[in-house]
Amino acid sequence: MLDLISRVFGRDNSSADIAKERLRLVLVHDRTNVSPQFLEALKEELIGVISRYMEIEEESMDVTLQTAENQVALVANIPVRRMKRAAVGR
Amino acid sequence: MGQVIVVTSGKGGVGKTTTTANLGTALAQLGNKVVLLDADIGLRNLDVVMGLENRIVYDLVDVVEGNARLKQALIKDKRMENLYLLAAAQTREKKDVTPEQMKDLTEQLAREFDFVILDCPAGIEDGFKNAIAGAQKAIIVSNPEVSSVRDADRVIGLWDAQAESKSPAMLIVNRVRPKMVARGDMLEIDDMLEMLAVDLLGIVPEDDHIIVSTNRGEPAVYHKESKAGKAYHNIARRLMGEQVPIMDLNADDGIWAKFKRIVGLSRS
Repeated sequence: MLDLISRVFGRDNSSADIAKERLRLVLVHDRTNVSPQFLEALKEELIGVISRYMEIEEESMDVTLQTAENQVALVANIPVRRMKRAAVGR
Repeated sequence: MGQVIVVTSGKGGVGKTTTTANLGTALAQLGNKVVLLDADIGLRNLDVVMGLENRIVYDLVDVVEGNARLKQALIKDKRMENLYLLAAAQTREKKDVTPEQMKDLTEQLAREFDFVILDCPAGIEDGFKNAIAGAQKAIIVSNPEVSSVRDADRVIGLWDAQAESKSPAMLIVNRVRPKMVARGDMLEIDDMLEMLAVDLLGIVPEDDHIIVSTNRGEPAVYHKESKAGKAYHNIARRLMGEQVPIMDLNADDGIWAKFKRIVGLSRS
C-alpha cells in the first residue's frame, strides 16, 4: 500500500532510481582503480616527501580513498612525532 | 577482410552465447559468410545453443596445436549453408591457448569469412584476454541491473586500455522488461548509456522464445513471432552498416492495447 502511495505521489524513490544512484557511486569508486599496490606506492612516496619536513609515525599512518556523497576523497591520517628544526626555522 | 567481433560482458549469464548464436544466424540469413568461435575453453556451450553438439570432431585447441586443419574443425550449421562453428575444447584450460595464437587464428578466418564472431567466457582473466586479442570490435552485453552494468564498465575499461587502437565498444542491453522500466523498477537505457559512456548497438527484450529456442537448439531469429529474434535481426543489419531505428519496446500489440488505442485511452 505504501508502495502504491509513493508511486502515486511522484516516484523519486523508485527502485530504478536507487539502482542508478548506487551504480553511479560504485562506478566512481571502481574507476579510481585503486589496487593495494597503488595505495602502498603512494604511501611510500608520501612518507619520503613528508619526512623531509617532519618526523612521522610511519606504522600508524593511514592512507585511504573514501567515497563520500558523490565524490572520492584521498584521506591521509599521518601522526607527527616532531617537526624538524630546519622546517621550524623557516 | 571480414570483421572480427568479440561478444563479451564480464559478468556471466547475461546472454553472451545467446547473442553470439542469434547474431551469427541473423548475419548468415542476411547473406553473409559467418563463423562463430567459442572461446570459452573448458565450458563450451555455443554448440548446444546452435544445436550442433553432436557434430563436433575437432575443436579450437586441436587447430591451435596442429592436430587438425582449420577446415576439418569448422562445423557447418544444420540450416545455413554459409554459417560455421569452431567449438571450444571441453577438457582443456583457458591457458592452453595464447593471445598470439588466437590472433593468428582469427586473422586466418577473417580472410575467408565476412564475420568472425567470438563468444567470450565470463570473467576478465586468460579466456577474456584470448578472446579480445584478435578482435577489432567489441559487443558488450549487459542486463539492466547494477552488477551487470558494473562489470560491463570494467570490461569497457579493459577494452579501451589495449595497446592497439580498436573501434569503441558497442553496447547491447539484453533482457529488458519494458513494463518494469515504465513502472520505474528497471534501469533506463539512456541512464546506462550515460554512465557507461558507450554507443548503443541494440536493445533486446526479455522473451520466453529464448528459452524455448535454447531447448531446441535453434536460435530465436528463426521464429518470426520472437521479439528478441527481431531485435537481433535489427542488430545484425546495424553491424552490416545499415541504419535501423531502435525497436520500440513499448509498442504493445495485445488485444487490450489495441482496444485502448481505438478508444483513445492510450497515450501513443
